[in-house]
Order: sequence, then structure tokens, then C-alpha cells
Amino acid sequence: MTKVSVATVWLDGCSGCHMSLIDMDERLIDLADQIDVVYSPLVDRKEYPDWVDVALVEGAVSSTEDFEKIKKIRAHTGILVALGDCAVAANVPAMRNPFKVEDVMARGYFETAAIQHQVPCEVVPGLLPVVRPIHEVVKVDVFVQGCPPSADTIHYVITELLAGRAPVLYDRTRPGA
Amino acid sequence: MATRSRIKTLKINGRDVSAHEDETILDVAMEHGVFIPTLCQIEGLTISGACRLCLVEVAGWRRLVPACATHVEEGMEINTDTERLRNYRRMIIELLFSEGNHVCAVCVSNGNCELQALAQRLGMDHVRFTNLQPVRLVDMTHDRFVLDRNRCILCLRCVRVCDEIEGAHTWDVKGRGSEARVVSDLATPWGDSATCTSCGKCVNVCPVGALVKKGRAIGEMVKRQDFLPYLSNMREVKK
Ligand code: SF4
Ligand code: SF4
Ligand code: FES
Repeated sequence: MTKVSVATVWLDGCSGCHMSLIDMDERLIDLADQIDVVYSPLVDRKEYPDWVDVALVEGAVSSTEDFEKIKKIRAHTGILVALGDCAVAANVPAMRNPFKVEDVMARGYFETAAIQHQVPCEVVPGLLPVVRPIHEVVKVDVFVQGCPPSADTIHYVITELLAGRAPVLYDRTRPGA
Repeated sequence: MATRSRIKTLKINGRDVSAHEDETILDVAMEHGVFIPTLCQIEGLTISGACRLCLVEVAGWRRLVPACATHVEEGMEINTDTERLRNYRRMIIELLFSEGNHVCAVCVSNGNCELQALAQRLGMDHVRFTNLQPVRLVDMTHDRFVLDRNRCILCLRCVRVCDEIEGAHTWDVKGRGSEARVVSDLATPWGDSATCTSCGKCVNVCPVGALVKKGRAIGEMVKRQDFLPYLSNMREVKK
């Protein structure tokens, strides 16, 4: 049996959704028989594969890098799952949206920094003017609310998708859950 | 002398029911265990019809009507749960989310919020409208309470409870449309209010995390609304 290829992606989120994913504990062992995690912060692969069946994407689109990444992911993915409130609604990262990027940078790198007052201009990607939920940038197939969604919710989503069904989520999770 | 019958017979979702003519569609629905979502309506305060979540269909009527603000009529055939209504209700909830700044994950009312609970119950899986990210001011000047307008859905329960039950009329609305904001006295800081008695009724009837007690952390703000029907009944008895 060929395994279903799965990617997990970390955009602008706190990694809490990934913690919840790992929190599936021993159920991960059963899942490992059916899925192949081909790209993830948890595996050592730098380039997004040509094709991935299911991508679980945590985080909002906040930086130029997030933007490029999600475009690429969409083009090379079957089912794109927005995982967690940041992915679904931009959530906490979007709380900077009422402010100008310069002001946000000044706050983070000057006003509140004790030493090394400078805005990074290498390696670290630039911020977009506004943080956006994934579906405002590319098409999303499944929305999984929660901050973070529970391990049970994520397990349900994955097993339903493996069974070829669309997960029904309203009675399992909610914004902020 | 023949008197008009004060009892009306009608149908809700195909079921025959009877009701007193003073009752609203929402009253009858609740008596018969039929769920109609509501946000601005709360037992013990006058009807405002502001949120439109309780819209229902009446056979032969072209308009949808708010169940909380429409009295029963003889022969009405009411539908409370159609595809059209489900779509509108979801849309209303999504619009409420998109016109304010709701971040449930860090809200003091997380887990105890009527808007959040309805979003879940009505099946909102994401908000299809771009967030307006309005600039809305937080008032922390009161000793014990906070008004966070970012979470306000303009249900006006606070305005009504303060006026109708407490008799202080501290709250009002300033501005129109998306600029509308709840203000105390003549748009002065709540802490300076000459009318506010600090009774906390507005805090408890507010369905969301807009009017809250000071010093609450995420998810800690639990509202108590049981006082309201009691107080308003006492007033009716006195009348
Ligand atoms: S008021 Fe309710 S819906 Fe709004 S952020 Fe708080 S918990 Fe969420
Ligand atoms: S502050 Fe609360 S009770 Fe008052 S209008 Fe806003 S949501 Fe309603
Ligand atoms: S509950 Fe009827 S309009 Fe708000």
C-alpha cells in the first residue's frame, strides 16, 4: 500500500498546533503505518516536495516568506488544511494589523530592546503590511479552528481525510478552543 | 358580547401549537423546545430586535421576521430552520466577528461567550469576510470594570439594563453604522461617570467579553444573569 504523503507547515504561529499534533502520542505510531511525513519542522527536508497529498498548515501569513511558501504549498498540495486559529483567522499575529509595520519594528527592536538596537535586514524575512488568514491568500480545503485544536481534533481530521471523508468539525472545536 | 379569542393557533416547523396573543414567536418556540438563536434578546429587558439572528420564515410573508420582536398571529406557519435561515445566521455571526476585533484565544470570555458559543452551534468554520480591524478604544477608568469595545457586538443589552432596571442610564450609543460605539454619559470616561452606580448589571448581561470585571485572565470572566428575570418580575408585580 502506498502511504498518503503529509506535510506539516509552520507559518506565523506559536508552534502550539504542532505541539498538539505531537500530543496525539501513541496514536502517531498507528498513523505512521498509513502516512508518510514528507515535509515538516519535525523532519529534515528543506524543499517542499513536488507533490503532497495533505498539508496541515499552522500559522497566519505575516511575512514575505510565509507568502511565497503558502503559494508554493498550494500549487503542490492536494488537500490544504488550515490548522488552528492563526491559520483560519490570523488570530494573535493579526493584533499588530492596526499599527504600521515601522511602528511594530520600532517597538520590537528599539523601544523594548535593552541592547543591539537595529532592525534585522538579512536572513529574517520582511513583514507584510497586514497579517492575513491563509484563505485570503490561497484556497483552503479544510478549516480547523482552535488555539490550538486538541490532539483529538487533529487525529479526527487526519483519520477522516484518510478515510476519504470531509471532517465535520463544529461539534469538536471552536475559535479559541 | 362575543370577545375575540386571545389564544392563537399556529404552526411551528409543521407542529400545531397554541399561544397567547401577547406572546412572541420566540416565546412560543422556547416553550416548545424549538431552538432559535438570539443575541440581543434577554429575558427581563425590552425587546430591541437589533441583532437579527432570530429571523424566521412565515409562510406567505415576503420578509423574514425577527422572532423576538414579532407577536403570534392566528394561522401563522413558521419555519425556524431552513437552509436560507441557516445561511443568513452564519453570515450574521461572521459579520459580527469581522467588524470587531475578536481574538478568542486571548479573550477573558473565552469559553463563556454567547457569540463564540453561537458561532460553534451554527457551524461557523471560518469567517469569509475580511476583518475590518477597526480602531476601538478600551476604557479602563472604572475601579472595578473594563469596557473593551473591540469585543462589543452592539446588542445594547447594557444600555437597556442600565436604563430599565438600574434606572441610571449611564450607557448610550455614539456614532452610526460601523462607527457606532457604546459610551458612558456624554462620551466621557466611565470612571468619571456621575450616573454609574457600579452595580455591575451591564457587565453581567453583556453576552461577550466587552464589559468585564477588572483583573480577569483569559477565560476567567463568567457572567451571572439569573438576577435579571427576578428583578424585572418584581417590577411587574409592583405595577
Ligand atoms: S468576545 Fe467572545 S467571540 Fe469575541 S473574542 Fe471574546 S470569546 Fe471570542
Ligand atoms: S458592551 Fe456588551 S452589552 Fe453593551 S452593546 Fe456591547 S456587547 Fe452588548
Ligand atoms: S434576538 Fe431577535 S433580533 Fe436579536
